[in-house]
Amino acid sequence: MAEYYSDRSKYDVVIGLEVHVEMSTKTKIFCGCSTAFGAEPNTQTCPVCTGMPGVLPVLNEQVVQNAIAAGLATNCEITQNCKFDRKNYFYPDLPKAFQTSQLYLPICRNGWVEINGGNGKKKVRIHQIHMEEDAGKLSHHDNTGETFIDYNRCGVPLMEIVSEPDMTSATEACAYMEALAAIMSYLGVSDCKLEEGSMRGDINVSIKPKGSSVLGTRTETKNLNSFKAITRAIEWEIDRQIDLLENGEKVVQETRRWDDEKGIGYTMRSKENAHDYRYFPEPDLAPMHISDKWIAEVKAKIPELPQQKQARYLNEWQLSEYDAGMIVRSKALALFCEETVALCNEPKEVVNFLMGDGLRLLNENGLDAKDMPFAPKQLSDLVSLVVKGSINKTTAKAVFEKIFRENIDPIEYVKANNLEMVSDEEELVQMVADVIAANPKSVADYKGGKKAALGFLVGQIMRATKGRANAARVNELIREMLQD
Amino acid sequence: MSILKLSVKELRKKITNKEISVPEVVKAQLAHIEKTNPLYNAYHDINKNALLRAETVQKEIEAGTLDSAFAGVPVAVKDNICTTEMTTTCGSKMLTGFHSPYNATVVKRLQKAGAVIMGKANMDEFAMGSTSETCYYGAVKNPWNPEHVSGGSSGGSAVAVASYGAFASLGSDTGGSIRQPAAYCNMTGVKPTYGSVSRFGLVAYGSSLDQIGPIAHNIEDAAAMLAIISGYDDQDSTSLKQGPFDFNDCLKEDLEGKKIGIPMNYLGEGIDPEIKAAIYEAAKKLSELGAECEEFILPMVDYAVPAYYIIASAEASSNLSRFDGIKYGYHPKKFTDLEDLYLTARSEGFGMEVKRRIMLGTFALSSGYYDAYYQKALKVKALIKQAFDGAFAKYDTILSPVAPTVAPKLGESLNNLLQMYLSDIYTVSVNLAGIPAVSLPCGFNKENLPIGMQFLGQALSEKTLVQLAYAYQSITEHHHKKPQLEVL
Repeated sequence: MAEYYSDRSKYDVVIGLEVHVEMSTKTKIFCGCSTAFGAEPNTQTCPVCTGMPGVLPVLNEQVVQNAIAAGLATNCEITQNCKFDRKNYFYPDLPKAFQTSQLYLPICRNGWVEINGGNGKKKVRIHQIHMEEDAGKLSHHDNTGETFIDYNRCGVPLMEIVSEPDMTSATEACAYMEALAAIMSYLGVSDCKLEEGSMRGDINVSIKPKGSSVLGTRTETKNLNSFKAITRAIEWEIDRQIDLLENGEKVVQETRRWDDEKGIGYTMRSKENAHDYRYFPEPDLAPMHISDKWIAEVKAKIPELPQQKQARYLNEWQLSEYDAGMIVRSKALALFCEETVALCNEPKEVVNFLMGDGLRLLNENGLDAKDMPFAPKQLSDLVSLVVKGSINKTTAKAVFEKIFRENIDPIEYVKANNLEMVSDEEELVQMVADVIAANPKSVADYKGGKKAALGFLVGQIMRATKGRANAARVNELIREMLQD
Repeated sequence: MSILKLSVKELRKKITNKEISVPEVVKAQLAHIEKTNPLYNAYHDINKNALLRAETVQKEIEAGTLDSAFAGVPVAVKDNICTTEMTTTCGSKMLTGFHSPYNATVVKRLQKAGAVIMGKANMDEFAMGSTSETCYYGAVKNPWNPEHVSGGSSGGSAVAVASYGAFASLGSDTGGSIRQPAAYCNMTGVKPTYGSVSRFGLVAYGSSLDQIGPIAHNIEDAAAMLAIISGYDDQDSTSLKQGPFDFNDCLKEDLEGKKIGIPMNYLGEGIDPEIKAAIYEAAKKLSELGAECEEFILPMVDYAVPAYYIIASAEASSNLSRFDGIKYGYHPKKFTDLEDLYLTARSEGFGMEVKRRIMLGTFALSSGYYDAYYQKALKVKALIKQAFDGAFAKYDTILSPVAPTVAPKLGESLNNLLQMYLSDIYTVSVNLAGIPAVSLPCGFNKENLPIGMQFLGQALSEKTLVQLAYAYQSITEHHHKKPQLEVL
């Protein structure tokens, strides 16, 4: 159990999330501009997304399709007659001074996703998913006091996924975000990269006396863009609210911000100063009708989702829940794994390589699983060598690293470098006899009851053979010989 | 000068027959505008490339690559329709000197048809007004009597044609802004079915009501212009998926079997008796052409003006929010912070009427008031549409006055705003219902000021309306009467 600043035994924590997911469509939601990340400021703009006078939006159909897929994958009902609304507010990053969004008839409603937040599996209900456009990006220059606006992000399609207040801890909140990220990237509707801002979360937190059915006053902390920040902001806010109640004060309904550098939250605006967004139906876009046929078409294209894969891996491959869960977190990793298993039919070995050294090497090299620098065939060949007993584990580890770094062919490499395991009984017996003769002290130690000496003796042989000796057999042979 | 008094059709004949070249027409047009514009203020910005454009068009005509009803015809474009060559100011200080980075769809279509845009026509600021007096660049004056208003908001578009500064023009109609100035200036104007003409590039006032349409000397010219600008545009999601109108087979003088309804509740209290008489006189003429006229009561329309002002203002309050002094338009020299920048830019950049409607619309959309105002206005809108559906089940068209009075004197209306709003009584319901209407001359009052009438039809009944107007104009002379210009 983690250590908390406040005494949480008296309170229940209630958390709801609003998650913004940037869609990975090629073009923006209402114009043909590119959505690619990282371009020079204001190079991916046109009169429409910069809100010039007289322009009109034309809805990108792919956005609707993505939202339908997201809704179906999260068990939502699709609102077949849905429409857009205008959310009016002034801010320099919003050149039309209204965001085209959905209030009255969001495209998806009443869904759920399953999470595993440490206390077993649970369902987090989804209140709604709606489509909207992103705003531009402001950068403030402290030394000159100037503010620059980049409209490239203006009009990039977003989905806002609003959960019910079903989570009770930061761990669950993160598990929920991770579950959403996995589903969205499996669907291909978003890459859900928090660091690039393609997934951001607003957290709603309240506390209530343990067991009470009455919800406490909630606060909303906006725009959290890493799991670390989400966790810290939630913990901080829970502590703050408990402190208030313990001191006889009240929690005020307000919108807050989180300063991740300083590790503190602060008030942005209170409820009294909340914006009146003056929502009304967007007159420039006709209401949409989403046909049964369209929904069926999108449904047919939904790939196997992480939870289904996980269940299949448990069943078919007899993986542990943990391993299966880790593999399915990345669609690319899962697919790589499946392709490799299809070649060698050794799921446990394959998963061991990928989860151990595979993930470590990806991490060290700053790579994503989709950038895996070798082919499934190479790994399956390696696994076959291990399974056949042609190389031992130590060699296999080294060869895997070679595959990863130098893209070598494992079979050729093992042959060329003479790395096959020494399993020849005569050869091994000779080696064991030699090592016993050369290390009388260790032999004496072992016989005197110091079992650790065995390891030393085995190690000598492994060193002499550069790790190629069949360690298990060497072990047995030494024991046999020293028993006499 | 005489060449400038021709109809579009007559001018086209002379160009085709090589009696006159396009550059000659445009030169004469420019010279005339230079003389008349100081008197009537129809234009805000004159196209510096007009002559160059005329030469190109002439070459294309000679090469045989250009043949359209508007090839080489000088036209005016309302200043809320985006053009790259000329400024687009919407009659507002907020957009002084503003050049749009793109051309409106209707502008592209006119250019493709070979029309020569002479300039941008003055208007009520952001199309908010019924007299063209809220224009930041001065009021537009009526060529029939410069002490009277031109009507609005497309006053400059109507006066440009009425004072021979263009052969036809584009206006926009959100609550009568094409039809009413046309009526005040003895012009023929069409407010097309919502969605039949692309709004892409029209600076929005009330997005669900706005529609671009033509103003010309007669229905034939207006219909020809409408045919060019109409038809589906993939840049406007509210544009109807259909081709352009084709009016060739409806220029007929016969109205046999046509049923015309005249709403008697439009001709009761509040209407100028001379206008009422002109409407009945017109009904008589239409009967002579074989139509059957009948009076009836058009329900719900009493609620049209309040519903219109709520919906249009609500949408305007959102549409005009983008004018914040940051990216384009009026930018104050002094401001303390972001909030102050917004306040100063909008306080100094917008005129009174615009501010009034933004405030009205903002209020109507505010939380707690939305249902009582905006939502209710939408219900009224639906009921008005139903009332028209009921009427069109019985009649091919509704004959109605355009305004309860002739053009008032300059200054009169702005002193009595409620009166000005109420004067939209006959026009706004058409926009709420999204239906088409043609406004055309039907007489003059004792002071020789024009009186207009309008034909209303069900959605996409433009051809019927054009036929009615054409038949009427074939046996009447009102539209041939021209004002005595001070310079001529």
